[in-house]
Amino acid sequence: MTIVNFTPLPALLGGVLIGLAAALMWWLLGRVAGVSTILGQTFSTAEGELNWRLAFIGGLLLAGIGAQWLVPGAVHFALSAGYGQLIAAGLLVGFGTQMGAGCTSGHGVCGMSRRSPRSIVATLLFMGAGVFAVLGLRLGGAL
Amino acid sequence: MKRAIVAFLTGLLFGVGLIVAQMTNPAKVIGFLDITGAWDPSLALVMVGAIGVYSLAYWLSRARAARPFFAAEFSLPLARLIDRRLVAGALIFGAGWGLGGFCPGPAITSAGFGEPKVWVFVAAMLAGMMVFRLRDRVATGVVQSASE
Repeated sequence: MTIVNFTPLPALLGGVLIGLAAALMWWLLGRVAGVSTILGQTFSTAEGELNWRLAFIGGLLLAGIGAQWLVPGAVHFALSAGYGQLIAAGLLVGFGTQMGAGCTSGHGVCGMSRRSPRSIVATLLFMGAGVFAVLGLRLGGAL
Repeated sequence: MKRAIVAFLTGLLFGVGLIVAQMTNPAKVIGFLDITGAWDPSLALVMVGAIGVYSLAYWLSRARAARPFFAAEFSLPLARLIDRRLVAGALIFGAGWGLGGFCPGPAITSAGFGEPKVWVFVAAMLAGMMVFRLRDRVATGVVQSASE
C-alpha cells in the first residue's frame, strides 16, 4: 500500500459543510438527510411530502451546475469507467440503497452520528464491499 | 413552501460540501477504496468532519429542542433489526459504489457537471431504485417506509 493524492484540508472542510447541511435538515425540518431515501421516496411519497424532497434533490443538482458554471477550476472530476460499467454500478447502487435503507449520507453520516447499530453495520459492510469491488477492478486490470 | 425552500438550501449546501470534499470525483472515491493499491485516505476525513458536526448537532437537539423549527416533530427510522435485508442491501450498494465511484448524493450533484456518463449512471440508479420498490411492493403488499 502507498498513500497518494491525500488532501486532508478540503476533505475535512467539505465534511464539515456536509455535516452542517445535514444538521440544518434535522434542526429545521426534523428529517434525516439521507439522499437515497429522500430520492427513493419521491416514487411513492405521501401528498405534501413530495415538494421538500424534490427541492432537496434540486439543490444538490444546482450545486453541481453552479460550481461548473461559476468556478470550473475548483471542480475536480475524473471518471474512467465506461458506459457498461456505470450502468451496472448504477443499478447496484439504486437497488442496494433501497434494500439496505440508506447510503453514505443516511447510514454513513447521520446514522453513524446517532450510533445506530443498523447504520454502523451497514456502513462497515458497504465500505468493505466497495474495497472488494475496487480490488476486483485492480485484479481485472481496470485500474 | 417554507419547507421546500429550506430543503432546497440544505441540498445546495450539501452539494457544495460534496464538491469541496471531492466526493463528486469518482477517481477520488475509488482511490479511497483502493486500500490494497494506491490509497488516498482523504475521504476518511470527510466522514470525520461530517460526523463530528452532525453528532454535536444531534446531541444538542436531544438536549435542547422539543421540535424542529419548521415541522411538528423529529422523524427517525423505525427499524431496529439488523436483518438479512440490511446486510444484503449494504453489500449490493457497496459493490456498486466501488464499481462506479458514485454514491447517490454525489451522483446527483455531479450530474450538474455536464458529463453524459453521469446521467447514464443516475438513470440506472433510478431504475435500480424502482426495480427494488416494485419488487418489494409485490412481495409484501405494502410500501416500506422505515428507512434512513
